Amino acid sequence: MALTGVLRPGHVALRVLEMEPALKHYRDVLGLIEVARDDKNRVFLKAWDEHDHHSVVLREADEAGMDYMGWKVDSPATLKKLAADVEQSGLATEMSWIPAGEHPATGERFRFTIPTGHVMELFAEKAIVGNNCGTDGQDINPDPWPDGLKGIAATRFDHCLLYGDDLDGSVKLFTEVLGFGIAEQVMLAGDKKFMIGAFLSCSNKAHDVAFIRQPVKGKFHHASFELRSWEQVLRAGDILSRTKTSIDIGPTRHGITRGETIYFFDPSGNRNEVFSGGYIYYPDKPVITWYDESLGPAIFYHDRKLNEAFLSVFT
Amino acid sequence: MKHTVTIENTGETFRCDEETNVLLGMEQLCRKGIPVGCRNGGCGVCKVQVKKGQYAKRKMSRGVVSAEEEASGCVLACKIFPQSDLEVEVVGKMARAIVAQQSASSDFGFTTTMKTNKPVEEK
Repeated sequence: MALTGVLRPGHVALRVLEMEPALKHYRDVLGLIEVARDDKNRVFLKAWDEHDHHSVVLREADEAGMDYMGWKVDSPATLKKLAADVEQSGLATEMSWIPAGEHPATGERFRFTIPTGHVMELFAEKAIVGNNCGTDGQDINPDPWPDGLKGIAATRFDHCLLYGDDLDGSVKLFTEVLGFGIAEQVMLAGDKKFMIGAFLSCSNKAHDVAFIRQPVKGKFHHASFELRSWEQVLRAGDILSRTKTSIDIGPTRHGITRGETIYFFDPSGNRNEVFSGGYIYYPDKPVITWYDESLGPAIFYHDRKLNEAFLSVFT
Repeated sequence: MKHTVTIENTGETFRCDEETNVLLGMEQLCRKGIPVGCRNGGCGVCKVQVKKGQYAKRKMSRGVVSAEEEASGCVLACKIFPQSDLEVEVVGKMARAIVAQQSASSDFGFTTTMKTNKPVEEK
């Protein structure tokens, strides 16, 4: 296969203050499907068009935010190789192997902390449960979408935007060790080599993870879920208003990645995004560069300025 | 039953019922004074010190409000519900929000606060 190594964001584990309101949000408003609960009271969910067992893990805690983000790699051999590479790079700390089965239906995971303070995992195996579109068995003569979808009905967990201090270190680890490419970058106009934002892809997507430099460790800006059209984004806006969900901004468009977007908050203050659009990324695509003086339209293309919450509100 | 909430920093007052959190009460009346963030107890932007009055509260993130702060009335406006007239002072992340706002008009704060790491190497 042509797409190898790290394939995609496989899961994001979020801390919520109260599970029941969180489930109402992620299941009934965002439209994820609950697939499992475990004896640690974690709830595992997936978006309808994902084939793997789960992509979102919720855990009740005293503090909101992200526990970790997991990346699916192409094989157990690649998992071993990349784990060794991460260890050898000297860029990661707190490395450990999480045994198979700690997440239901999931193989062993290699866990490490990156220079911006975020916990990341690599894994190769997760049970395939399918998208329920097949009409004559799984993936046989499928319909375009299944019955029984709820709410916004996002198609997949797509990416996270994360805030942290050592942006250079995390970008180096993702690009030089894990094989990601830089789709877009934000640099200081007054110091053109100084990076303040990086939008990284391991696939054909405009980004699979993004980092913005902020004087914090391990902070979570948002987890994003994909929709298939601008009309679906507008429909999501209707659903968010009808359910009195706390909306941050939008519907609008990002300059970076060209995605059409809404930012909103889960009941614990963790920011979510639903988005559509963007372009197809290839590893040989020239890097798009924005300078900080254009950060307004880079982030919110229509308003052409950041809202107050963009830099100051995170968990 | 409605109570009067006073924001000491600005002198702004508004009426808020017992089932509505103070931040939402302010927003519903298009009033300003307490910074608005996630509205859900996670980000800490709307932190206030309650100077006077009784309130009910709901769970707020320990990442932004310590148990000691919560016990001393330093709480999130989005998670408190007035049970009497309230006087609150905006504290905590407001300073940061204001700084972010001011720097957003000039250099987004990146030049002054972010240059702790080495620039990326030239390729």
